[in-house]
Parts: sequence; structure tokens; C-alpha cells
Amino acid sequence: MKNRHVRTGARAALLLAATLAVSGFAGSKPECIAPAAPGGGWDFTCRTVGRLLHELKIVDRPVQVTNMPGAVGAVAFAHVAENRSKDGNLIVAASSVGMTQIAQKRYPGDADRMRWLGMLGADTGVVLVKADSPYKTLGDLMKALKADPNAAVTGGSSGAGGYDHLRLLLVARAAGMAGPDLRKIRWVQFDGGSTAVTQMLGGHIGVVTTDLGEISGFVESGQVRVLGALSPDRLPGKFAGLPTAREQGFDVVGLNWRGFYTGGKVTDGEYDTMVGGLKRLYDSAEWKKAAEQSGLTPNWVGGKEFEAYVRKSIADLRSLSQEIGVIK
Amino acid sequence: MDILSSLGGGFGVALQPFNLVLALIGCFLGTVIGALPGIGPVNGIAILIPLAFSMKLAPVEAMILLTSVYYGTMFGGRISSILLNIPGDAPAVMTCLDGYPMALKGKAADALAISAISSFVGGTLATIGLTICAPLLAKAAIYFGPPEYFALFVLAVVAVGGVGGANPAKTLIAGMIGLVLSTVGLDPASGQPRFTFDSYELYDGIDFVVAAIGLFAISEFLMFLADKEGGQAKRLPVGQIRSSFRDLIFPAATLRASALGFVIGVLPGAGATMASFLGYTLEKKISDKDGTFGKGDPRGVAAPEAADNAAAGGNLVPMLTLGIPGSGATAIMLGMLVTLNIQPGPLLFERQPDLIWGLVAALYVSNFILLVLNIPLVGIFARLLTIPTRYLMPVVVVISYVGVYSISNSAFDLLLMTGFGILGFGMRKMGFSMIPLVLGMLLGGPMEQNLRRAMQASGGDWAILVQSPLSVGLHLATIAMVAAAIFYELRRRRAARPAVE
Repeated sequence: MKNRHVRTGARAALLLAATLAVSGFAGSKPECIAPAAPGGGWDFTCRTVGRLLHELKIVDRPVQVTNMPGAVGAVAFAHVAENRSKDGNLIVAASSVGMTQIAQKRYPGDADRMRWLGMLGADTGVVLVKADSPYKTLGDLMKALKADPNAAVTGGSSGAGGYDHLRLLLVARAAGMAGPDLRKIRWVQFDGGSTAVTQMLGGHIGVVTTDLGEISGFVESGQVRVLGALSPDRLPGKFAGLPTAREQGFDVVGLNWRGFYTGGKVTDGEYDTMVGGLKRLYDSAEWKKAAEQSGLTPNWVGGKEFEAYVRKSIADLRSLSQEIGVIK
Repeated sequence: MDILSSLGGGFGVALQPFNLVLALIGCFLGTVIGALPGIGPVNGIAILIPLAFSMKLAPVEAMILLTSVYYGTMFGGRISSILLNIPGDAPAVMTCLDGYPMALKGKAADALAISAISSFVGGTLATIGLTICAPLLAKAAIYFGPPEYFALFVLAVVAVGGVGGANPAKTLIAGMIGLVLSTVGLDPASGQPRFTFDSYELYDGIDFVVAAIGLFAISEFLMFLADKEGGQAKRLPVGQIRSSFRDLIFPAATLRASALGFVIGVLPGAGATMASFLGYTLEKKISDKDGTFGKGDPRGVAAPEAADNAAAGGNLVPMLTLGIPGSGATAIMLGMLVTLNIQPGPLLFERQPDLIWGLVAALYVSNFILLVLNIPLVGIFARLLTIPTRYLMPVVVVISYVGVYSISNSAFDLLLMTGFGILGFGMRKMGFSMIPLVLGMLLGGPMEQNLRRAMQASGGDWAILVQSPLSVGLHLATIAMVAAAIFYELRRRRAARPAVE
């Protein structure tokens, strides 16, 4: 009990400090752009984070959520780059999907047109097979694919060259496969991860790579086997038993992170205030709960470190996309 | 009994006061829409989608509203068939044949009661069929891989095109326009933009709901503006029911037609219109021993009404379990579900049992509401037939624009909808049917995607399309449908010729 009081007190102090510190972010009217229609992942990110920012008093007014769907985030990206690049009250929901679009030059401009604030959580990429598949480990699958790239038909929720596809190929590249062979691996695109898994259970494809969150029910029921989780370390909680790709010798991390960017011309002071505000949100128990409810693992990378992570990921995805011929 | 407990849970959703009110409103509006000549189920649902959006209804609430409208139109169509000799919507055409002669004999009230009862029986039996078949079909969906889905989509597109259109060439053209429009936007398989003209607004493709509201609601308004006459047809009086209750039910005719209608409804592509046509034809073959059909035989009213209501229920089976609409009306509902971020398909039963079973339970409820509404209140609906359209149409236009804007917050979509309204107007003036266009637009995307998935999986080997017995069977069914359509077309022309000359 005592401990809880201490923690509550500490949190109150933190919040007080936060309210004082974030005058820039709270200045007039904080806004979050969700570059998608209501109901999707980016919309969820904006609405949950926006609600918690206000509830935790990190901003002193409710955060307005604006849906700006179009072209997998490019519409919002163009809008912010052209009209809102100096707006210190604006955050835009982003994820690995948008990052892949930038890597493949499908946004009007490169990552440096924006300032990247941080990721608050991530869904973990997994490589799956049916429970009765002959492939027992990621090594088995990679050995088979190296011998014959057509050994198994693979699929997931993105198109060829999309993030699910690239994550699988990153593993294959780590296993020593090169461009021409990577290109030969058959990839089938489905509307969502669970559709892909259902098709795999029906025997129509052999391997699925997608986010764990959407298909965790199939893993828990034992219908599918996870060959490798693409997380840096083993996942916490009920999925601690899943082997990572890293521990099997394939140094690949494929997190579908959820986070934010802001305009490229906001001042350093405003940038630091926003990063600080998001960090405080991340540290709250409320965010941990909200993230877990939606299948995300809380995961913080922020500020300069996040800028570097985004740039490196984009460089990796771009070189791989070039290698397999998705872009020139 | 897994199904019974799920259905019980569904009634818990359907009987919530707000959902009951929605069902009641839906049934009432549906009956009115069905009764008004010219506004059929497809137009009616297209007009009400923006209403559902601007009311910010949850998916299950929106579906309850729209399916009660859908069931309601099936009830309403018969009112104008019987009283005006003008079918309120396409499936009610057959009801004119014996319904109007009955009304001429002063038995309008009897005809209305008979048709209401057989509509109720047909609708309820089909809903029971849906309750049993849909979960089974959803389980069987695991056998459908990309080649099988491709075959199923081809079947749906071809069957609707072949059966639904009066003029095969125009049907084909409309269907092709729909297929072309479905390719606009980012190609899901490769992420490349197609036909977007470098406009980000077109990157996500043309929103189906925007197109449907333009094609149906806005073009309906333009048709009204262009129609200078606007005269009212002469309505026969309803009068009092003369027969005893026992003379109002025709169990054999109703049951036969219900079973037939349900099966036809489940088949992709064949909707209520075909069901009522075949239901009437079958009943005439079996029962017309004294040549009374066409002269006011009550069985000629009971059979097509049972069949078209049963088909409406049957139509929902492939829509909910496989994501394949069997008719124009279910196509529009499917488009709306997708806009609400609900992907109909086999996973819906596992993921959102509340939505599915709530909806199924709501169908039972609305059938009952419709029966109650339609027997005592039929006089009110009959009177509504005389409301001048000039008061109705402005409301439709306002709802359409407000609704579309509330879906997307995009002024571009308003322009797009207006454009589709003009396109629809032009096509209707030239005698094109809108249904093949809408289906092409809706089904073109998944049809293409499944073809490409099959190709991706096989490494470009076309043989994969005919490697499973299921896909071969589906392709054979497509061929049979086309053959049947040609056969009926030829027979219809042969039959129509003497009448014309």
C-alpha cells in the first residue's frame, strides 16, 4: 500500500512537471493526424494516445483527431510537408508500413522532410507454418528455400514488396540468399494476416509472415507453429515460449511499430517537448494497458535515437527493395 | 446445439430497445420504398446508407437497419403490384399477374393479406435456412483457395450479368465499365498506382459507397427532374378482407416457392427477381389445372411472394460467409460493411459473433414486425403511394450529400458522387442496367486479386485454375448459367414476338 502511495505521489509530481514543461505542445490546440479512415491502426494510435495525453494532463486541452486518409499515408505526409511543417502542436501517427512506403519512394519526399518523435509500442513480426508442417525451426525452412526457392509458397497481409514480404526476405537474406533467389520465392498477398493464416490452414499456402497481434488466437489454439519471432528479445508474458529469429542465428528485427512524426521545421525546443510528452505517456500504466489490449508490446525508442532507427530501417528496406527489383 | 446458443446471444443483441427501434424504422421505410414504384431495394438501400453513416451507427446497428429495409422492400413491392398494376420493384413483377386481377374483382385486401402471409413464411423459412447453412458454409470456406475464389467471383459476375439484363450487349458494356472502374487506385499486389492520374485522391480507388449512392440516389433525382409528367397512377381501393383465415394461406404453394427461392438466393448472381419468376412458373406448372392463373388465382400471389422473400434471405448467406453478394442490394450492403471496416467472410463468425448472430436474430424480428405492420396498416402504405415524388426527392438528395461527406470528409468524393449520378442518369436514359456496373465495380477487385494470388502461388502456371474439383465444378456452373441465360433469352424472345406483332 505504502509503495502505491509513493508511486502515486511520484506520478503526480511528474505530471505537474509535465504540465509545466510542455507549454509548446499544449499551447493552442493539440492535434493528431491519423493518415487513415476511422477504424484502422493509425486511427487507433491517434485516438488512444490523444485521449491519454489529455487524461494524464500532458496536454491541457483535448487532442483533436483529424482523419486524413489516402495513398497509405502519402496524403497526410504531403499535407504536413507543404502546410504544417512548422506546427509545433501537431503529431502524425506513423508505423513501419509508412516507413516502407518512404523506403520505396512512394511518399512525396524522404524521411528527412519530417522530424521523427518516437515509437510507443510495436507488433511483432512472426514466421508461421501449420502445426503439422515438416519445418520445425526457422533453419529448416531456410535450408529448404536455399535448396529450392519454390520449396514453399509464402504469403502475408502485404503485397509483394510490402512490409510482411520484406521481413521474410530479410530473414532469407540473413540466411545467405541473394537477389535472384530472393526474387524467386513465391509470395501471395492477402487482405489481412488472419485471412493468410486461414488460407495456410486450408493448405493453399505453406508459410505466413505477418504481425503476431492479429493472429495470436491461432498461435494460442495450437493450430500454427511460430518458427521465429522477429523481435530483438523474447516476448514478455504468454508468448515467452516463442523462439526469436535472432537466437536461431538470423539477426533480423521486424517490428511493426506505432509512433509519431511531426513537421520538419518545428524548433528543437518544440521537438524536445513533444518527445518528452510522449515519453511520459509511455511511462504511464494506462498506456501499457491500452497497448496490451490491442496486441501491442510497449516499446519506447524516442528522439535522436528514433531518428537514427527510422533512417537505418529505411536504408535497409530500400536496399532490399532494390535487390529484389521492387524499385530501381 | 452450438447454433441455438449463438442465436440466443444474437437475440440478446437484436432485442435491445435501440435495435428494435431501428428494425421497426427499417421495416417501415423498407415497405414504403418497396411500395413506391421506381425506387427498388437497391436504390432504397443506397439512399439509406448515408443516413446510417450520418447517424454514426455502429456496424451491427447499421446492418440491422439496412437488412430490415431490405426485407421490407420485399414486402412492400407487392402493394403497388396489386393496387396499381405497377410493380413497386423488380421482384414484384410476377405479383401483378394474379394480384391485380384479384384487386379488380374487389379482393384487394385478400390479395394483400395472402401476399403478406406468404412473404412472412418465405422470409422466416429462409432465415432459418440462413441460420443453419451460414455457419456450415463458413466452415467449408477453408477449402476455398485463390483459384476457387476466382472461379466463384467469375460465376457471380457472369451470372448476374447474364441473368439480370434485358439486353445482353448493354449488360456486358455496363459490367465492363464496372470492372475497369474497379482497377483504379493502388494495385494491392504490387503497390503500383493505376489510373490515378497522379492524384492522391484516387490512390485508394473509388469508394464503392460513393459510386453506388451517385449511381442510384442522385441519378434517381435526375430521372425525376427529367420526367415532366409526374402523374399519379390510379389506385384501386383496398377494401375489407372477405375470405376466412384458412383461405388466406396456401401451405403447399408457399412451402414449395420458399424452398426454391432460398436455393436460388444462395446461388451467387441469382436474386429475388429470378426467384419470384421461377416460383410463379413452378407453381403455375404444378397447380394451374383449370387455367385460373393470370386471372386472379391466389396461389399466383402466394408463390412469387414467398419465393422473393426467401431469396432475400438466401442472398445473405454467400454475402456473410464468403463475402460474395448474390444481388445488387446485397452488393451495396457488402460495400457498406467494408466501408465500416468489417470484412465479410468466414472469419466474421469467429471474430464478431455478436454482429453476425445479432443480425440473424434481427432478421427473425423484422420478419415478424413486417407481418404485424403489413396486415393492419396496409391501408396507410396504400395511401403513401399517392405522396408526390417532388416532396421525396429533395430529401433524398440532402441525405446523400450529407451522408457521403460524413463518411470521408472529402469534397472530392462529393464531386465524384455527382459525376456518378450523371453517369447513372445517362446510362438509365439509354436503357442500361446499373446492377452489372455496380457488381463489376465491387467484384472486379477481389476477382483480379484472387487470380493474381493463384498466379503468384503457382509461379504463373495457369493450370492451377482448374486443378481442384471445386474450381472445376464452379466453372462448369458458370457455363451452365450462361447457357441457361441464353436459353431463357431465346425463349422469352420467341414468346414475346407474337405479342409485339
